[in-house]
Amino acid sequence: MSQEWVYTLVFLAWLLGASLFVVGLHFMNSPATARRGNQISATGMTIAVVATLVHLASQGALSTTALSIIVVGFVIGGGAGLWLARSVAMTAMPQLVSLFNAVGGGAAALVAIDDYLRVLGTEEETVSTAVFVVLGVVIGCVTFTGSLIASGKLQGIVSGKPILVPGGRLVTVVLAALAVLGFVGLVFGAGGAASLDETAKLVVLGVIIASALVFGVTMVLPIGGADMPVVISLLNSFTGTAAAMAGFVINNPVLIVSGALVGAAGGILTKLMADAMNRSLMNIIAGGFGGGEGTVAEAGPGGTVRELTVDDAAIQLAYANLVIVVPGYGLAVAQAQHALRELADVLEARGVEVKYAIHPVAGRMPGHMNVLLAEANVPYPQLKEMDEINPEFERADVALVVGANDVTNPAARRPGTPISGMPILDVDKAKSIIVIKRSMGRGYAGIDNELYTNPKTGMLFADAKKGLTELTAAVKAL
Amino acid sequence: MNQDLLFAIAIFVLAILVGFEVISKVPATLHTPLMSGANSIHGIVFVGGILIAAAADTPLSYALAFVAVVFGAMNVVGGYVVTDRMLQMFRRRPAPAQSEGARSSGGSVQ
Repeated sequence: MSQEWVYTLVFLAWLLGASLFVVGLHFMNSPATARRGNQISATGMTIAVVATLVHLASQGALSTTALSIIVVGFVIGGGAGLWLARSVAMTAMPQLVSLFNAVGGGAAALVAIDDYLRVLGTEEETVSTAVFVVLGVVIGCVTFTGSLIASGKLQGIVSGKPILVPGGRLVTVVLAALAVLGFVGLVFGAGGAASLDETAKLVVLGVIIASALVFGVTMVLPIGGADMPVVISLLNSFTGTAAAMAGFVINNPVLIVSGALVGAAGGILTKLMADAMNRSLMNIIAGGFGGGEGTVAEAGPGGTVRELTVDDAAIQLAYANLVIVVPGYGLAVAQAQHALRELADVLEARGVEVKYAIHPVAGRMPGHMNVLLAEANVPYPQLKEMDEINPEFERADVALVVGANDVTNPAARRPGTPISGMPILDVDKAKSIIVIKRSMGRGYAGIDNELYTNPKTGMLFADAKKGLTELTAAVKAL
Repeated sequence: MNQDLLFAIAIFVLAILVGFEVISKVPATLHTPLMSGANSIHGIVFVGGILIAAAADTPLSYALAFVAVVFGAMNVVGGYVVTDRMLQMFRRRPAPAQSEGARSSGGSVQ
């Protein structure tokens, strides 16, 4: 077969791989087919990788050195990925996704850097190559360090609180300016409009890499832990874009298409998450939200708090027709998902209908709470999205709030509070409300939750896991 | 600009639109697996790593390619495996009791 034919087949295989990614993502729109979708996507990936190897082999481009780099690299990287993927706890999923995101961005940056070194000084060093190289390097490097910091924050290695350094924002601006200057330099250099020799260009590239790496750190450090769903989505979008830029650099269609798909996915999720907190992306990136000192409560009608005993709460739950559970990240922190599901089992055995109301930002990445509950064996038809469950609170006999705070605060409905305008779960519309909480402490937004002083609300002061276990025992004893 | 580049840009833009279209239909329940699945798709940079490894001719290039291949492979293998692990937990009905005991004994059990 002639080389041209081989390339045609390889190109078609790449196209098939990219199409399978789209089909795979399409199957993700229902939990029933999502697993198959992921397998289809993995098949597409395998096809793309094999086609690439065939392509190189047919050109005789696979030297022993190159082949050993690929095989050894795959074994090491793939092995590490496999081990991490199999051993990670579901609560630690956001930091793992962030870590994979970091290495993906890093790889894209390396591909762009390497290609630039190869074309430097040759006629292939065109304006368009320079543009895509710099974009790939900048986005890839920012994602690499940014995702590592995000991962560190989620893992608790780096403080989850917003870290604000005096003049930090100035540093960020200077870094951005440096990168832009470098960009202009390299592009004009490639176009012949600026006379830079090769050494100067390498220095400029080095400056761009360094500023992008530091920029990633200074961008994520000031952002608080509960804003992480937005940050992770944004960085995911960045990595996709960086992969697409690397695709432009090495002129490979499958990288361009896949990168664009991921860029779009991350973009949509970023917007959804920001909307669910009613905050703009700029406001989140600017950081410092919920820094601890926070805003003092916008004095709601200061009412009294009614405390419930376990037995009272158990009776309310056991004789309800419909119980809506409102889980928040606090549930996962207390590792109480299984205890919650056991309570639900006991209630369902008594004929109580149980549903779960999941706020879009419950957890540390988009949809995180659903995964945690699925792991605890909660059937997915019971997991309800905010828009779907909100009209149902009116007919709920009991709303059981565990580990959720700001997303249940009715103060969001009126102006003048830090959470004003944020879409919330209409927990206060339920006939009665039980809140399991250790203390009257405030949530991320740093304001008092008016739900707790609602006359319909009973507070059960306990650790989530202990409280749920006692409730289960009490319901069983009835 | 040459023809190839223009076509590449056209493909890029169309792929973004396809991405928006396909992904806006994914329910919030599946957003974490979606993100993790999208994450594994950008593991396609592994292919980029393979290509630069083949084109490498200096020690520096070999080193860069090696790191890119390691990173890309970690991204792609880890991404697909962890997504699959999450998705197999989504069940319409509760799983039979015995697998449950295994799972509740520790978060890290597969």
